[in-house]
Amino acid sequence: MNEQTSNETTSFIEQIFPNVDWGQMWEATYETLYMTALSTVFTFIFGLVIGLLLFLTAPHNLWANRIVHFLTGAFVNIFRSIPFIILIILLIPFTKLIFGSIRGANAALPALIIGAAPFYARMVLIALREIDKGVIEAAKSMGAKTSTIIWKVLIPESRPALISGITVTSVALVGYTAMAGVIGAGGLGHLAFLYGFQRNRPDVTLVATIIILFIVFFIQWLGDTISAKVDKR
Amino acid sequence: MISIKELRKEFTVEDKKIVAVDDVTLDIKRGEIFGVIGYSGAGKSTFIRLLNGLEQPTSGEVFINGKRFSHMKGESLRQARQKVSMIFQHFNLLWSRTVEENIAFPLEIAGVSKEERYDRVQNLIELVGLQGREKAYPSQLSGGQKQRVGIARALANEPDVLLGDEATSALDPETTDAILDLLVDINERLGITIVLITHEMHVIQKICHRVAVMEAGRIVEMGKVLDVFQNPQQSVTKRFVSQLTGVKDTLPTLEMLFDNYPSGSLIQLTFVGKKTEEPILTELIRNFQVSASVVHGHINETKDGPYGTLIVHIDGAESQIHEALQFLQSIDVKAEVLSNE
Repeated sequence: MNEQTSNETTSFIEQIFPNVDWGQMWEATYETLYMTALSTVFTFIFGLVIGLLLFLTAPHNLWANRIVHFLTGAFVNIFRSIPFIILIILLIPFTKLIFGSIRGANAALPALIIGAAPFYARMVLIALREIDKGVIEAAKSMGAKTSTIIWKVLIPESRPALISGITVTSVALVGYTAMAGVIGAGGLGHLAFLYGFQRNRPDVTLVATIIILFIVFFIQWLGDTISAKVDKR
Repeated sequence: MISIKELRKEFTVEDKKIVAVDDVTLDIKRGEIFGVIGYSGAGKSTFIRLLNGLEQPTSGEVFINGKRFSHMKGESLRQARQKVSMIFQHFNLLWSRTVEENIAFPLEIAGVSKEERYDRVQNLIELVGLQGREKAYPSQLSGGQKQRVGIARALANEPDVLLGDEATSALDPETTDAILDLLVDINERLGITIVLITHEMHVIQKICHRVAVMEAGRIVEMGKVLDVFQNPQQSVTKRFVSQLTGVKDTLPTLEMLFDNYPSGSLIQLTFVGKKTEEPILTELIRNFQVSASVVHGHINETKDGPYGTLIVHIDGAESQIHEALQFLQSIDVKAEVLSNE
């Protein structure tokens, strides 16, 4: 009885998605999740560092330094304004140098991180600017070192904004992985483009899109939940 | 305890030079509650930030407990700051930390061990009366409770000096009084020197031993609170004193008084100390052929005794009024004939 139902279900799914190779689909999903997760982690780290540097070197701040501030700002603006698809192409020699190949999920990582980190750095900067100046002054008046101010004031006090920022960035990264897929990085974008679009199998594209939607919804839900939990204001 | 010499601070804003603190020299004694009063823009915020090195002076020096605070840098400044703590108008608590974590913060900075931190925090919570709120976040506290956390945090490293930057200006009058009582209690129990800046005369009157009046970066008047109250010299001081006596800006304005009392004289009597309790008006009416009616009155408690003003309308023959005035002067009550000009 059970077997029969399950067989019927399977055949029903096969009927509406006749061209979907499920093994291939799960593999592509795994690749997308892999690229998104890894690039989000590294984007968070680099973006946080660059954002802190932008904040601290701004005029009247703890490490006020016109030159470093200008250079960091210029770096962020340049990499933020290059369209992602072009950035991937520009980074081909760099990627070859690191991974020895420009194919596969790992090869997409440099472009994903370099494309997203400056974007996240701007969000970090906005989050840090929202912190009440008085709290930083209070920490200074207690004799806090700059490192203490960074770890115990700046980062904890901007946590909700840092988290909602990385959520938005991570969702954008899902989109970027799809684009990277087109030039051979694998993942759902690759599958949708190569097997769905080029071979005219719209059901493959549809399933890939639905899975991407679920990934995006999940990331957004996770980010919102954590952000709300750490916000004690 | 605190010695300030020819302190000066200039800022350049849009190519214009602004002198925020101008040649301030003063000494504050150990265990004293010293108030600096001034209107906004008088330079008092900059002044108090020069005391703990949040601002560095353009010239002049600050010594606290024998240490030269001005021109100190790096690790030595950070160490020294642990003994000169500050409370703020907007409390400046970390919202991401609970009450006890906020109080523990300066102890973490000073490298106090976890067990000792816990004990010290519990004592401080008791000292400021926040038992039961240890695990609350600042957003769950009232303004007065937040300032209590601020005070506990400031006391954590057992400082020699407590600086108050408009510490009660964001609080309602009742809470202000409770916080001021707490500051007096701390001053008396722990012997901490307190320096307060404020624009509220009420704060000065209630807890300060001495007061300095600041205007345009300069200290224009300084002395014991009661002396300054009784005998304000500068117009800015008179304006502050009138905040309390209410002669100028509460209830009947002088013009209205003159309209209502066309004959006789309006006399402002200033009482200090015990004389507020003596039956001066009774004696006046008994001894002289005058009628006296109270038009306006006000009494304030200061740390050194009560202080009051009374506006009395005296009517009668010219000579009798004259003699009555002489009587008032002879008993050491400050009497001033108010005129319409």
